[in-house]
Amino acid sequence: MVSALENGTVLDHIPAGNVFKVLEILGLMGEKNRITIGINLDSKYLGKKGIIKIEDKFFRDDELNKLAIIAPKATVNIIRDFRVVEKKKLTMPEEIEGIARCMNPKCITNHQPVKTRFKTIDNGNEISLLCHYCEKITDVKGLY
Amino acid sequence: MKKSLISIRDFSKEEILHVLEVAKEFEKNRVQNILEGKVIACIFFEPSTRTRLSFETAVNRLGAKVIGFSDATNTSVSKGETLKDTIKMVSNYVDMIIMRHPLEGSSRYASEVASVPVVNAGDGANQHPSQTLLDLYSIMQTQGHLDGLTINMVGDLKYGRTTHSLLQAMSHFSPNFIFTAPDELKMPVEYKDFLKEKGIPYKETLSLEEHLNDCDILYMTRVQQERFTDPMEYERVKDVYRLEASMLSGVKPNMKVLHPLPRVNEIDQDVDETPYAYYFKQAENGLYVRMSIIAYLLGYR
Ligand SMILES: [Zn+2]
Repeated sequence: MVSALENGTVLDHIPAGNVFKVLEILGLMGEKNRITIGINLDSKYLGKKGIIKIEDKFFRDDELNKLAIIAPKATVNIIRDFRVVEKKKLTMPEEIEGIARCMNPKCITNHQPVKTRFKTIDNGNEISLLCHYCEKITDVKGLY
Repeated sequence: MKKSLISIRDFSKEEILHVLEVAKEFEKNRVQNILEGKVIACIFFEPSTRTRLSFETAVNRLGAKVIGFSDATNTSVSKGETLKDTIKMVSNYVDMIIMRHPLEGSSRYASEVASVPVVNAGDGANQHPSQTLLDLYSIMQTQGHLDGLTINMVGDLKYGRTTHSLLQAMSHFSPNFIFTAPDELKMPVEYKDFLKEKGIPYKETLSLEEHLNDCDILYMTRVQQERFTDPMEYERVKDVYRLEASMLSGVKPNMKVLHPLPRVNEIDQDVDETPYAYYFKQAENGLYVRMSIIAYLLGYR
């Protein structure tokens, strides 16, 4: 797809609807480097997937892991000299800040300018989020 | 380091027991001016006369002064001031903030913004830890201890925050639980999972009569209309249980009936005259427990 990447990061297997969310979380909305985006590509796992190629940019693991909540199956390819030098999967962080919204309509975070904060709870097949403020569980299904 | 009380989970078992011991001291001698010269804010963004009077009396009995408001209607909050700004402003004046707010999580947020300790006096349907501590105090005072007791919770176990918090707090003391509730108001799965994880036994029943005679504490609750989104559901369950004196003939001699008050129809007036009624004394205990919470968080006990 489009031109090959010489150096940079490829994020693959992103749910098609969350591509722009990924750009936002990685702080790429005002990025100057070249970014190639594919949306609604066919995928065996996701039906329709998204892919993002970012030229000359590399991310720390803790930056990438923030994506786990909206793109749990995403893979990260690090490209140098047109070659994949590293492939990694995301790990779910114990706490996430400022990403998801609390589902509880009476939660303070839905009424005041308060950054959301959740503990992630992994029960084996599903991730849910425990709100640091209202102590209610938010389902991540609504997020991707 | 300032310490706040937002959720009953903020206190360890040792801290819970400490606060209850100190409350005993205040019950023996309720005039103790240990906080003379201090100013404490009681800011109530929604009215709750019962809780506010109990806290304000506690502050006064400790010799501190109270400032605050009992309703947000005529304050800068009604002009759109954020909670953050209100808390920042109030923190500059006082040594502690006691707050009640209709939004859930508001007190946790306030404790992160404030430079002084915050006591949560109720954040919507979420937490009300001073109620939980006064429930524990009442259980301890009537039974002599907290360990290995059988607690029968009755009524709205789905929406009732008092029962959820009491369940979490009692989990430190190897209890047995009985949950008496109609199908619509059963104890939520997450709390039952919590008990399973901790190996704490519980039974569920629809019938109030079934476990009256084998419990040490009968914890009655009111079915609160404002928690229901479906008015039909409320109508179906609002009068589902009614405790009467005649039902108490076979109960354990040490059994006590607790209720967070106000009650509606769930406890008949004729129960008041039995030796099992404890709910009025329970409300009075709130004063000693709140004195204890305030003294402990400010480092005086
Ligand atoms: Zn929340």
